[in-house]
Amino acid sequence: MRVGVVTFPGTLDDRDAARAVEYAGAEAVSLWHGSDDLKHVDAVVLPGGFSYGDYLRCGAISAKAPIMKSIIIAAEHGFPVLGICNGFQVLAEAHLLPGALTRNADMHFLCTDQTLKIENNKTMWTNGFEIGQEIVIPMKNAEGNFNCDDATLHELESEGRVIARYVGVNPNGSRDAIAGITNKRGNVVGLMPHPEHAIDLLTGPSKDGLTFFTSVLHSMIAGVK
Amino acid sequence: MALDTVSHASSTPDFELPFEQLGLKADEYEKIKGILGRRPTGSELAMYSVMWSEHCSYKSSKVHLKQFGEKAPQSDALLVGIGENAGVVDIGQGYAVTFKAESHNHPSFVEPYQGAATGVGGIVRDILTMGARPIAVMDPLRFGAADAPDTKRVLPGVVAGIGGYGNCLGLPNIGGEIVFDETYAGNPLVNALCVGVMRHEDIKLAQAHGAGNLVVLFGAKTGGDGIGGASILASETFNTSKPTKRPAVQVGDPFAEKVLIECSLEIFAEDLVVGIQDLGAAGISCATSELASAGTGGMNVQLEKVQLRDPSLSPEEILMSESQERMCAIIEPSKLARFMAICRKWDVTATVIGEVTSGERLHITFNGELIVDVPPRTVAHDGPVLTRPMSRPEYLDSLKSVVLESIETPETIKAAVLKLIAAPNIADKSWVTKQYDRYVQGNSILTQPEDSGMIRIDEQTHLGIAISTDANARWSYLDPYNGVKLALLESCRNIATSGAKPLAITNCLNFGSPEDPGVMWTFAETVRGLADICLEMGLPVTGGNVSFYNQTGKVAILPTPVVGVLGVIQDVRTRTSISFNESGLELFQLGNTDDNFSGSEWAHLHGQMGDRAPHPDVDHETRLVKLLLEAQGLFVAAHDISNGGFAATISEMVLKSNVGADIELPAEYIPGGVTAGLFAETPGRVVVAVKSEDVAALQKLADEQCIPMHKVGTTGGDLLSINGASIPLTELRAAFTETFPKLFG
Repeated sequence: MRVGVVTFPGTLDDRDAARAVEYAGAEAVSLWHGSDDLKHVDAVVLPGGFSYGDYLRCGAISAKAPIMKSIIIAAEHGFPVLGICNGFQVLAEAHLLPGALTRNADMHFLCTDQTLKIENNKTMWTNGFEIGQEIVIPMKNAEGNFNCDDATLHELESEGRVIARYVGVNPNGSRDAIAGITNKRGNVVGLMPHPEHAIDLLTGPSKDGLTFFTSVLHSMIAGVK
Repeated sequence: MALDTVSHASSTPDFELPFEQLGLKADEYEKIKGILGRRPTGSELAMYSVMWSEHCSYKSSKVHLKQFGEKAPQSDALLVGIGENAGVVDIGQGYAVTFKAESHNHPSFVEPYQGAATGVGGIVRDILTMGARPIAVMDPLRFGAADAPDTKRVLPGVVAGIGGYGNCLGLPNIGGEIVFDETYAGNPLVNALCVGVMRHEDIKLAQAHGAGNLVVLFGAKTGGDGIGGASILASETFNTSKPTKRPAVQVGDPFAEKVLIECSLEIFAEDLVVGIQDLGAAGISCATSELASAGTGGMNVQLEKVQLRDPSLSPEEILMSESQERMCAIIEPSKLARFMAICRKWDVTATVIGEVTSGERLHITFNGELIVDVPPRTVAHDGPVLTRPMSRPEYLDSLKSVVLESIETPETIKAAVLKLIAAPNIADKSWVTKQYDRYVQGNSILTQPEDSGMIRIDEQTHLGIAISTDANARWSYLDPYNGVKLALLESCRNIATSGAKPLAITNCLNFGSPEDPGVMWTFAETVRGLADICLEMGLPVTGGNVSFYNQTGKVAILPTPVVGVLGVIQDVRTRTSISFNESGLELFQLGNTDDNFSGSEWAHLHGQMGDRAPHPDVDHETRLVKLLLEAQGLFVAAHDISNGGFAATISEMVLKSNVGADIELPAEYIPGGVTAGLFAETPGRVVVAVKSEDVAALQKLADEQCIPMHKVGTTGGDLLSINGASIPLTELRAAFTETFPKLFG
């Protein structure tokens, strides 16, 4: 299995995401923002960072990159895409996911070990979890405050498309304490916290993050069958 | 007025230049005229004035700093020593590590966010320039009183600036210090340390070799920021039509720096540069003169080729601009096309601005007119050397010993511990550290509030490094010679407590005005102490930084020599945390406590300084480091005792673990009783947690190293109990964590 990891100018967690892909047992393939070539990968991760320095709006410029044109087309055909942090922001700007990530309620960058509750284990990236499972993974952002209009929120909630919620004090003011969402088909997932930083106990607060990466491998194997 | 060319300068020997406004003394100006055999042009004066400034030339400190060379210990570890952008150390397995700290104190007072941000940016470029990938940053910070109104302006801005820049570069922030003291009001200290890693063969140097090789400026375009004194030349003497002076504090763009890092690393990986230098203080003046001075020939630069953000800049301003995120490379012509292709890939602006020559002069032209014609060495390396007057400051004769009430009853112990851990210098710093990314790159093994920051270097072999920065300014105030020794020993102890072996040091020496003989004496004593302790411990000094003039009127800051120690750990999986996470462990204190409270936080909380720094016991500390390394496998947790004494150490351990402890200090053996046992800051002590079955093995190792080992308690429960005083962890945590949010929102 080959999982692509996209590097935009200003991407920071691309090597971390590649490491997580390899820990999960897949081959990590580096993809460059300026090319529309997906190099025959089976899934794509849009990693965290400050692509284009967060200029204009977080993720807004990256959403127009050549690689995104290919990703958008592929995603519409069920290709698995995970956007982490800035990657989630890119997915929102590319309209693969609804809503927007705005400035944290307290206006500060926040780096913390965050507890999340998994709410949907039917997506390609979360099928290895139990519903209601609590996990601890790092989160680190200044613009992680998930916002959308009431109709979109109702749609997300009624269709079970919230994949994870913050547990305890809402760290950034996100509506309904939403940490991550999926599209209708369950192949595109956006998550504000960083599962790639929680793949072993040596460098992370837990190994919980690895399940996102093993989940997509299971989906693909199941798909192949 | 017309361009002040070399020929114009030759024909107008009596033309008055504002050398004093640029900070040059009359004799220095005469020396420049002597070197050139004529008056300097405005551009030349701009270059000399900045390069001969205290900041760039180390003119007041040079005569002292040479001790680092004279007393250097024998070391195979040092691959590149003092003088380059940063020293480079061999850590084994073919890896080389470069690390350095720099101050950005004055800009951070004027404009906290940008001052701190560009401080991070500058030190990261120094590390990158050596050929290394930057892998972590640390920030030793000092502020005025925590509750002073100006601290509320400066601290949040500095923290946001460090976070805003460092987070955006993808560099984990793994540690540092935050200390408050009244003397830093008006003179906050913002020191930034960066560490980078490379293979031995990838080391790059700031040298311009090979006639015909090209000088390429790449990175951000040049703007009018950070010109400072040089704008006097442009706006007041040479071009009166100019509007106002430009902002003297540089403005950072971390995105430009991140792209520059990746672009440079790709260029290095293809071995496309002969030499490289970053543009920091004094901008193009510094980079071109240093590259040429360290090389074998001269250099021609066509200044009009520099790409500008602001087309109205004068040649003097272009030379002086401290616009951030720029680098200067020396490239063989055959490699230019590939170099440019990589720059285009990263959307980095790159321009050939000149070439290396076989001559001996640095020639700079502007639209064909010669405006600089100097021997580069006279600009970059042969600046003035001053032997400033020194005298032992009078305050040292009127120090008073510490007088404190004894604390013995459970009620007073509880109240005292809660008071101590809520004090701003001891309290939880996560309000600050939560604003820094500590996870990025995925190699952070230990980060604040651990004793040292630890980074994995190799995922297959598990090789890693640890870094700790320390300074105890109050001890340096009481005894500058021994104060810095104690800082270095503490740093080594921190490294060893985490499980790494100390290997090399860097420093950032922050002092008041060198024109004050008392300050100069404390500086000289500090350098003497640091050189001596490095020799005694066998640790090479890889480089350093001096920041003078941290002084408002007659009030200088406490002498604050920050020492950074780099250690190596062969297998990061064996590291030791301060957190034990289990009950039933036995707690021991390694090392003895005495009753000297001088310079301690407890004395400070009672408005007292004391009269004598502790004696640095190098022999004991050396054996303690050995013991810590030998016994790593026996420790479930370990934590150095420093600021706040045992009380702070044990509080931090139980709170990080979220497991309580039952402590019984053997007060009868401690001079000064329970009060000293809890609050004295006697150096050379560590608290360790071990399983019962490992106690005998630890005792044996401690005996072999003649390190006293005292049982002080056991872990478990949800209380911190000390000699009959019971403090619920919830109450302890509240006292510890509420201080910063209350102060800073």
